[in-house]
Amino acid sequence: MRIEGKGRVDRLAPVRFRFDGVEYRGFEGDTLASALLANGVRLVGRSFKYHRPRGVMTAGSEEPNALVEVIDGRQQTPNVRATVQEIYEGLEAKSQNRWPSLKYDVLAVNDLASRFLTAGFYYKTFMWPRKFWERIYEPLIRRAAGLGSLSGRHDEAEYEKAFAFCDLLVIGAGPAGLMAALQAARAGADVILADEAAQMGGRLLADSAEIDGKPAQDWVAEVLAELEAAPNVRLMRRTTVTGAYDGGTFGALERVGLHLAARPDLPRECFWRIVAGQAVLAAGAQERMIAFEGNDRPGIMTASSLRTYLNQYGVAAGKRVTIFANNDDARQTARDLMAAGVTVVAIIDARPDASVAEDCPVYTGAEVIGTTGRHGLTGITFRYHGGEVQLATDCLGVSGGWNPLVHLTCHMNGRPQWDGALAAFVPQAGAVPGLHVAGAAAGVFSLGHCLAHGAEVAAAALAVLGHKVAPIAVPQADEAGYDIMPVWEVKGSRRAWLDFANDVTTKDVRQAAQEGFASVEHMKRYTTQGMAPDQGKNSNIGALAVLADATGRGIAQTGVTTYRPPFSPVSIAAIGAGGRAEGFAPQRFMTSHSASVERGAPMIEAGLWYRPSYFPRPGEVTWRQACDREVAMVRSAVGVCDVSTLGKIDIQGRDAARFLDLVYTNVFSTLPIGRVRYGLMLRADGHVLDDGTTARLAENHYVMTTTTAAAGLVMRHLEFVAQAYCAGWEVRFISVTEQWAQFAVAGPMAKTLIDTLTQADLPFMGCALVQLGDVTARLFRISFSGEQGYEIAVPARYGEALFRDLLARAETLGGGPYGMEALNVLRIEKGFITHSEIHGRITAFDIGMAKMISAKKDCIGKGAALRPGLLEGREQLVGLRPVNDAMISAGAHLFAPGAEVKRENDQGYVTSVCYSPTLGGYLGLAFLQDGRARHGEMVRLVDHLRGIDLLCEVSDPVFYDKEGGLLRG
Amino acid sequence: MVNLIAKSPLWGQAPLVSAGVTLAEVDLGQVTSIAPFDMAVPGFPAPNTVVADGAARLVWTGRGQAFLIGGPVGDWAEVAAVTDQSDGWAGLSLLGAGAVDVLARLVPVDLRRLAVGDCARTQLGHMAVIVIAVAGGFELLVFRSMAQTAWHELATVIKMRGARLAC
Amino acid sequence: MRITCPLCGPRDRREFYYYGSEDYLTQPALGDFDAIDAHLHLRDNLAGEVRDLWYHEMGCAAWLLVTRNTVTHKISDVVQVAGGGVGILAKMKPEEGAL
Repeated sequence: MRIEGKGRVDRLAPVRFRFDGVEYRGFEGDTLASALLANGVRLVGRSFKYHRPRGVMTAGSEEPNALVEVIDGRQQTPNVRATVQEIYEGLEAKSQNRWPSLKYDVLAVNDLASRFLTAGFYYKTFMWPRKFWERIYEPLIRRAAGLGSLSGRHDEAEYEKAFAFCDLLVIGAGPAGLMAALQAARAGADVILADEAAQMGGRLLADSAEIDGKPAQDWVAEVLAELEAAPNVRLMRRTTVTGAYDGGTFGALERVGLHLAARPDLPRECFWRIVAGQAVLAAGAQERMIAFEGNDRPGIMTASSLRTYLNQYGVAAGKRVTIFANNDDARQTARDLMAAGVTVVAIIDARPDASVAEDCPVYTGAEVIGTTGRHGLTGITFRYHGGEVQLATDCLGVSGGWNPLVHLTCHMNGRPQWDGALAAFVPQAGAVPGLHVAGAAAGVFSLGHCLAHGAEVAAAALAVLGHKVAPIAVPQADEAGYDIMPVWEVKGSRRAWLDFANDVTTKDVRQAAQEGFASVEHMKRYTTQGMAPDQGKNSNIGALAVLADATGRGIAQTGVTTYRPPFSPVSIAAIGAGGRAEGFAPQRFMTSHSASVERGAPMIEAGLWYRPSYFPRPGEVTWRQACDREVAMVRSAVGVCDVSTLGKIDIQGRDAARFLDLVYTNVFSTLPIGRVRYGLMLRADGHVLDDGTTARLAENHYVMTTTTAAAGLVMRHLEFVAQAYCAGWEVRFISVTEQWAQFAVAGPMAKTLIDTLTQADLPFMGCALVQLGDVTARLFRISFSGEQGYEIAVPARYGEALFRDLLARAETLGGGPYGMEALNVLRIEKGFITHSEIHGRITAFDIGMAKMISAKKDCIGKGAALRPGLLEGREQLVGLRPVNDAMISAGAHLFAPGAEVKRENDQGYVTSVCYSPTLGGYLGLAFLQDGRARHGEMVRLVDHLRGIDLLCEVSDPVFYDKEGGLLRG
Repeated sequence: MVNLIAKSPLWGQAPLVSAGVTLAEVDLGQVTSIAPFDMAVPGFPAPNTVVADGAARLVWTGRGQAFLIGGPVGDWAEVAAVTDQSDGWAGLSLLGAGAVDVLARLVPVDLRRLAVGDCARTQLGHMAVIVIAVAGGFELLVFRSMAQTAWHELATVIKMRGARLAC
Repeated sequence: MRITCPLCGPRDRREFYYYGSEDYLTQPALGDFDAIDAHLHLRDNLAGEVRDLWYHEMGCAAWLLVTRNTVTHKISDVVQVAGGGVGILAKMKPEEGAL
């Protein structure tokens, strides 16, 4: 019901929206909850376990009941809090956890069976028979469980993430937060003020308070105007600071587009990482419920939320309102409602000595013991002076006191402390370095004191940063104390709810204690209290108070469960913003990319690089046809392949040679200028790190190549070795991977092709600078195919031109481009290793290169490589050829023929396989126990996954041109 | 005789003008890595700064390393390891009032603190980047092979900024 | 988490690569297999201050020695590895070393 003249929604801007298919009207500035209440809609959801009818309970982000699905285009977002969701024209929301409809929900039958469905029901019931679990119990539970549903489609909406930095982050824009921000702003600090609501002001928007004799809202407007105008202040509305992390880093979720109909390119949410020199937590406090019988009916709400709906939205949540409280604060709700013309039937105050001076009946020392109303509250029963009184009422505002929102102070393992006078937990000072707590969050409850505290705490925080702070004037406001008598539950025979979202009652908590789950952490997990979307914001303190009572321990001794980020739910899409599809990882393209794509080459990812898999020709249906042709082409004519992805590191200095001797197992100081040598690099633990060729361009100038996969790894390793072990050495290096586009030209016609470009008579493993017109290129005579081979490198700007030019020349000679598939076949035929073989658990000994560890010098990893056990009795690199040339697979395991196929008999595994068109059958590279001594023997190859079980002949890993005659040409 | 055609990393990419920023590829000219053998050599920029070296700029790019952008190597070859990097990097310029705001989506460093003459070696999304503050915005150097991704990521956040501004 | 790089200034943890204990700055002698095993595999699991090696991979490429409290997460010191490596080099050289 809307109240004329109240609230700050825009009455001139009506907004149409739909809930469960019915169209309603609200106003701009409404939340879904306020608009539904204005339309008299009280039933908005069903509870998790018992499917009890539920209505809006709060007016904030802590809402446990009014969780709905919002449908917007292709988006379907479950568990949206109706108290947070602002309405917009065309908003479509749906209740959840009910079937077939909200009013007639079949699973409400659970409520009738509630005496069996208490804490631990699932644990006890679905234990046996064991085989029922997977087929029967789990699907059954899955169907019944969960709140809301997803669309089942990819979330293709935009999300954003961003970084922000400030001197002072102020969390919460209520009275304390606004004063903190104002103090910091005037001190010239770089300030961010973040608040989770659409409008800043916190409870000042919801209360009828006065500041300096004016309505508090006017003061808020003035302060915000000053802050908006200050160049050193950023206001972040709709932004919830969700977590406090190391080093002054805070996580925050901004709802960017959720209050609007979806529009192109507008992010739904933005996840901020805010780095703050210091921070002020002014998150305020949250009102808690009291557990009494039937306290979960629609129409039973927190007393302060009634005030919020009235003052902020101009909505009366009921026509005949009753208040049930244990403190003074709830009186204001009654007064505001009466002033607005709403009937307040009674105030039921649990305190025997409370004042009775109000304009409505006040019952002191009384407590509510029962409620009626199937889909919404119709009446209550309360105990008063030993008798029971019944009242007809459609709305009950409850206040069990206020809990300071200490959450962020606990995110780094801090625990809040019990304050008996406030009957609440308050933050422990210094629990998060640099985070200062102000206002109600610190247990300062009067408005006047909050204003002063906010300014004072901000000044203290700024002093830490070395700012000189002139204290600002604190406006005058009510400084009345907060009187409370703890009341956690009204003991009764039936169910009194603590956790509304997860349907946990006082009875469940007592049962947990009785069954031995007496620690608060155990009770939580046994009853699921605090594990719903509100994460116990509405129930943790009440539940532990009941547990304290059940176990006879005090509340302080019982303690709280661990508070963890996030403070309120954060969508994974926001945290992972930008990481979907192309944003997952950078794409690295070679200069030949478009030329390869033009030729129809499918791309294959090699690390971040995109490399052509093969170059299909007309008539070729499978990749194998193209691959076989490309292999034959390289073996018979000439092929061109872009090998720019290999890491290239330029190394210079008087100690460059000495440095290479330190990082490589073999010697590079003896390498003549103009020559290239293959090198093997070890990790500190003696296993192979990488291999590659290094060329000596000049006396003090080398260029090292790494594998594509390990380029970054090798760079990091070289930096470590240089910085940790080589102080004073004259050696400098830098990656030139991106500087040079490099192409392999391989095949019996390779030299013919190269000779058409430049005159250079290079010996095998030679290198030289050559001129291609005005461009100085580097030419290397190296081969990864086993054929006569060159690699030619030009500055990357010329890469595409040279690639296209080389292809034209190769095609003239009967050759052409070859891709990764053919490259792989060529190297397997030749027994060349890649990171399929040197996968991290491999030693030089395993790959038959133990002799490459020079005896004449030390090198990184040498001592570790020579350890006993690494030089004998290991699996060694071998070649495999299956009998009958049947197909084999990488990943298959090897066994002695006749041995049972079980782990204990495992003798090795296959790392690489290919079909070799050159040799007319499958080839494999494998690691086999004592493999080098077993050439000619048969082994059994088993791949359970692909159903392969056959015999292979063990051979030398080099299948093709063992002597290397072709290579050397 | 071969005459090879040169192509810039983002060859053919038109500038993007939107949401208060202009994103464009820039030709950095000659880029040379200067890594002095003695790090205390005079004229070498302090960390995170750019010094003028004649008509060129000497931009600090890491421990004991700076890039000489837009000029000849001169005497550096006598005291430093000198490596051509002209083709290894793509140059982007992001100018306009929204430049800091756009980069706040991708770069985890407070770029408001960078004045002309400052630079930072950090990351742009998952990519290594050299950020150089210039009049009215920034120059960004990313690995040549990642130029398309850098453009795509910047264009995406510019698009979202535009949508935010339209609200 | 943030680490103040001695060259670049305070940076987000995402720019850094973690290696391990400062033990990696020393090298046990060739042939002392027990020492090599201990060096590679045995670590104290301290509740308190540890000194670890981090690499400013997305920044200046400096290797850093970071003193960090595993209980409070407080980082009390960050220094460059380079320059501290003088004494370490001697340990690299075997008796018969020909570097």
